[in-house]
Amino acid sequence: MKRVIALSAALGLMVAGAWAQSPNFDDPEEFERQRQQLQMEPMGAEGEPWAQYLEDSMVDTSEYAKEGPYTVCFSNAGVNNPWRVVGWTNMQAEAELHPEIEELVHVDAEGSDDKQIADIGDLLAGGNCDIMIVSPNTTAALTPAVEQACQQMPVIVFDRGVNTDCPVTFIHPVGGYGFGIQGAEFVAENVDEGANVLMLRILPGVDVLETRFSAGRRIFEEAGLNIVGAEFTDGDNAKTKSIVQDYIQRGPIDAVWMDSGATAVAAIEAFEDNGLEVPVFVGEDQQDFLQKWKAMGLTAIAPTYPTYQWRTPIIAALKILNGEEVPGPEWVLPQPAITAETLDDYVNETMPPLHYAMCGCEELPGYPERWGGGR
Amino acid sequence: MSEGAVRKRQESRSRRRLPAINPIWFVLVALIVALIVYNPYFVQPVGYMNFLKRAAPLAILAAGQVYVIVSGGFDLSVGSTITLTVIGSSMLLDNDPDATWWVIALMYAVGLAVGLVNGLVVSVLRVPSLIATLGMMITLGGVALVWSGGAPRGYLPDTFRYFGRTNILDVPVVNILPVSLIVLAVFDGALWWLMHRTNYGRLVHAVGDNPRAAMLAGIPVTRVRVIAFVLSSLSAVTAGILLGGFAGVSTDVGRGYELQAITAAVLGGAQLLGGRGSVSASIAGALTLTAIFTLLNFVGLPQPVREVVQGVILITAVAYAMHRRRHAAR
Repeated sequence: MKRVIALSAALGLMVAGAWAQSPNFDDPEEFERQRQQLQMEPMGAEGEPWAQYLEDSMVDTSEYAKEGPYTVCFSNAGVNNPWRVVGWTNMQAEAELHPEIEELVHVDAEGSDDKQIADIGDLLAGGNCDIMIVSPNTTAALTPAVEQACQQMPVIVFDRGVNTDCPVTFIHPVGGYGFGIQGAEFVAENVDEGANVLMLRILPGVDVLETRFSAGRRIFEEAGLNIVGAEFTDGDNAKTKSIVQDYIQRGPIDAVWMDSGATAVAAIEAFEDNGLEVPVFVGEDQQDFLQKWKAMGLTAIAPTYPTYQWRTPIIAALKILNGEEVPGPEWVLPQPAITAETLDDYVNETMPPLHYAMCGCEELPGYPERWGGGR
Repeated sequence: MSEGAVRKRQESRSRRRLPAINPIWFVLVALIVALIVYNPYFVQPVGYMNFLKRAAPLAILAAGQVYVIVSGGFDLSVGSTITLTVIGSSMLLDNDPDATWWVIALMYAVGLAVGLVNGLVVSVLRVPSLIATLGMMITLGGVALVWSGGAPRGYLPDTFRYFGRTNILDVPVVNILPVSLIVLAVFDGALWWLMHRTNYGRLVHAVGDNPRAAMLAGIPVTRVRVIAFVLSSLSAVTAGILLGGFAGVSTDVGRGYELQAITAAVLGGAQLLGGRGSVSASIAGALTLTAIFTLLNFVGLPQPVREVVQGVILITAVAYAMHRRRHAAR
């Protein structure tokens, strides 16, 4: 009995601890802020969203001014999904545009915090880096390593953040709430009150995905829609198709919202193969979804988490090493959604299925072969 | 002999036979009843055909896996073989429907090679199958990743997807008939025949039950084992063709399938470390596993709870099978 009590007490403490530590993925203030940012007119070079910024706040970087040529070091969380593959290709191509960059040193942490911490240590010990770009694998674990790097050189963080303000700037698009808002608002506008919405998610616990979901759910609840389910698909096509087929059997579905579009076509096929009309759909900017959307004339939207943000750190690095001011401490990039009006600008049948159309890479050297397109 | 005595003998024989029905079938029937309760639509052709279509890749994989398990090993490389099949096909097809046939033939050749290497490494180099096929799993996963560059580069044309996606309509009685079900019937029918109606099937059992005795009895142990691994790899290629057809290209289609296949075979009463197992019961195991997944989805439990339930059901089922075997052996 004593043991049972001790055990349950320990378990309770663990759960409570996890609860207390779990970050807030449903923050109304941040939700509102991102909702406003989506409406803002971007500042900076027109037609080049990767060089634009939404918040009017600049940081002085004159203390970092240095003669070229430069060695830019990049600690990358991983190249372990198609989004990151497109992004990393963007970054390499952007670096080639600038002869001042003698070398872009890339270390791939392969999705491991430990490896990335060691990678950053190695780059610092190597002593060749003029500036460091970090795309952290996870926020909390990488914070000390980034702080250490800050003491030796200017640091740029992008994509996911860290819990310190020591980097010169943190580059990111509007964010997860913004992504969730764009898709959910489109659904709410295109279905009647009380309509059935199926929400499909990849996996739990990832901040950018959790915030997409909480924003989507908030909007559906505000609009009085009925969320018939929120399911995890593991990003697996077969599982996605099976789950959607199961829901189709349970009752009508008026809209499908997804936190990421890689399995959108599989979800659409579930309706197709059952001889049903495809409902209102929220996907992402993957080519296969855009092409399906166009071919079937769907009522759909593609929010994006633009891969063009991988160009920005290189642009920022050169500005900092030239001592020019850059947007900071947060460089918020615009985060456009692809709509029926702009769809034709992004569909390109020669690109691979999971190419992210909002790449801003069309003018970069090596396009389209380098991104797997062409023929 | 009087008529009564004959009937009596028949009765006692049938009574003796009753426990011989593999309990997995009762579990499967119970799960299907539960599925029907939760979703009355399931009894309609579209309902159960969708279910069978979804289960087909695993049923094929389990039927191949059971050969390796009966011969006394494991094949962990099947998941990666599936992934390689889907990625490789999409790269080679390059949106050209005319290439379908030679690409499928080539993929089977790759499967054949994988199985040969697995089998030879295990039986000639004497590497334990767990390690040998784990190495193969990692290698093939790496090949698929390097080949695709981490993102799928092509689509699978409809001619390729026909096997896994298309339903034949207006079929008498059942209305719709998924092509994958025909593939399942043909492939698993052949595997069933080979295991339970030919000499080779008996040799596999003998080799798994006691390899030394089998060798002393003059059984070509190496050849029997290698063929078992080849059959497993070919089943993985077939499952890959169906999965790619069902849902299209993704870089991790095969992930987790090796364990599901082993679980399905064990649920069907196959004995880990060899000597016992049945193709039909493994298929029942695969259907059961798919039914559990579907049911948990229907019940609508939140994901974490569902994973707990799933794990408990699996362990219980396997523990029961072990318990039953221990008593049967006595």
